[in-house]
Amino acid sequence: MNVDKRPVIFIILATLSILVGTLATTFIPLFVGTTTPSIANVIPYKPLELEGRDIYIREGCNNCHTQTVRPLPFETARYGSYSMLEESAIDRPHLWGSKRTGPDLAHVGRKYPAVWHTMHLKNPRSMYPDSNMPAYPWLADRNLDTRYTEKKMKVLGYPYTAADMKALQGKTEMDALVAYLLRLGKELRQ
Amino acid sequence: MPQENTYDYRAVKGFAISSLFWGVVGLLIGILISLQLVYPQLNFTSWLTYGRLRPIHTNALIYGFTIPAAFSLFFYLVQRLGRAPLAFPGLAQVTLYVFNIAIVLAALSLFAGMNTSKEYSELEWPLDIGVVVLWVMFSINIIGTIMKRREEQMYVSLWFILATVVGVAIVYIGNNLGVPVSWFKSYSIYAGANDANVQWWFGHNAVAFVFTTLPLAVFYYILPKATGAPLYSHRLSIIGFWSLVFAYLWTGAHHLVYTPLPDWIQTVAIAFSLFLIAPSWASVINGYGTMNGQWEQMRSNYLVKFIVMGITFYGLQTLQGPSQAVRAFSALIHYTDWVPGHVHMGTMGWVTMTISAGFYYMLPRIYKTELYSVKLADLHFWLVLVGQLIYSVTMWITGIRQGAMWQAVNPDGSLAYPNFIQTLTPNYPFWNMRAAGGVIFFAGFLVFVYNIAQTIRQAPQRRPS
Repeated sequence: MNVDKRPVIFIILATLSILVGTLATTFIPLFVGTTTPSIANVIPYKPLELEGRDIYIREGCNNCHTQTVRPLPFETARYGSYSMLEESAIDRPHLWGSKRTGPDLAHVGRKYPAVWHTMHLKNPRSMYPDSNMPAYPWLADRNLDTRYTEKKMKVLGYPYTAADMKALQGKTEMDALVAYLLRLGKELRQ
Repeated sequence: MPQENTYDYRAVKGFAISSLFWGVVGLLIGILISLQLVYPQLNFTSWLTYGRLRPIHTNALIYGFTIPAAFSLFFYLVQRLGRAPLAFPGLAQVTLYVFNIAIVLAALSLFAGMNTSKEYSELEWPLDIGVVVLWVMFSINIIGTIMKRREEQMYVSLWFILATVVGVAIVYIGNNLGVPVSWFKSYSIYAGANDANVQWWFGHNAVAFVFTTLPLAVFYYILPKATGAPLYSHRLSIIGFWSLVFAYLWTGAHHLVYTPLPDWIQTVAIAFSLFLIAPSWASVINGYGTMNGQWEQMRSNYLVKFIVMGITFYGLQTLQGPSQAVRAFSALIHYTDWVPGHVHMGTMGWVTMTISAGFYYMLPRIYKTELYSVKLADLHFWLVLVGQLIYSVTMWITGIRQGAMWQAVNPDGSLAYPNFIQTLTPNYPFWNMRAAGGVIFFAGFLVFVYNIAQTIRQAPQRRPS
């Protein structure tokens, strides 16, 4: 049988060829414990942290910053302990990134206080004159949009209290982003 | 056999022009973001920051330049290779309009910061649905025309076209499954390591089906046409095709080497990445074999220059890629500028050169004219070649440099460059050179667009009787 004379059979065979590797490397891992760890130790996102994470995504911070520390000596010497599956277990989407134009941020929340982040985001060059990071002063001028916060928490299945939601009042986008950055590296209950 | 005038080339023309237009836009943004990395004051306002523009650069050149180039070339190839007119010419026209509206909306939404963060598929869910609808409309015409073909045997280009049709659909839908919270925001259905694994299964197979099978379909058609020599080995193309479409899907996790993703998935991906050298080089060997006794044409035939230089960069790309997957080398270059250097050899060298050869061959024929200027085509060739080499080589050098600085330790074991910025600023002279390479490449692309525009404009006068 010449498959190059039978387009329907050709398409079926090509689809099957594509699906073998797909199922083996992406579908099966969804049901394997080593890829899908227990989330018992993961501290869920607070609404303010989640909104900050969405601003991190909106501004495309992941284009220049990774959030995964490799298990290599020079890497842990720079960024602290190497990343573990549990740390990103509830993250939708993941934000591991693929390029370090700036440093890895997986544990940046352990490193600096809130005021450092605010100053740095407003003008990175006030702290590092040769930095090439864009300045984000306008985040401090914009009120946080909380219209969808509750729906987001429900869709992602994160628990929240009325006090958590109330804490959003009067917050700026800067506050939310800094709250998110401060959480990085503190995902797990000790 | 149908007469030439029963073929429908309206959508072929429309998509070719759309592709060139969005190509110029995508390259301009590329030059701007390359300069922003050295001159941060060029981040003028929120919607012109690097973080928002970088996805617009990649999306414009993947979905705005490469995909419509494929729509154009594939609508031509299925008609010529099947000796049958396009199955649904009206649908093809609708596809053209919907496509351009979707690209405008895509650009606007990314400027506004609406993105899923997933690399190379950043568009939010309403536009994802738009992309899928467009792909279905495109596929109906491709498959419908192949079903109606009068040439019984499907030439190898048609196999690569069918693989592109199926492959893009599977990986695009698989990666973009999400739960909407509003019209402008959704969350991936996958979490953590699984989300990363699915993302790079998509990411690497966007390379497989947009940057590999797509230009290969064009390559296998243009090479014998341009050289006038028969394809070196039909059997080699059969083996190469099936092993390529089988093996590619296993390799995505080589983007996740040394991440928390389980080692077995990484190792399987690395092994299959090394295997991929074989089917990739099947096409390279087929190209060089076809050139046997024809190498003089590298001097005299502008189409051959583009197609053979293109397959050469494909060959280099498919040796460099697997070597990057190996853990020892990944540890040095991963997350550095080496990687954009690698990607741009593939896109600026292989993909763009092959699409250029396709347009240079096809457009004068469907406008029933001759190319406006072979001299300008030669100039275009040298500018994009030199521009791409400057780009890639400077990025490889600075990537290795930065990777080595990250690893460097003092005799007491402490980091030699503990402050990240010490390893960043030495990039700046290289990034300036990279921007210069990009400008040279862009100049070559403008020559290309001008040459095509003049060819089309002069078509009625220069029509051979």
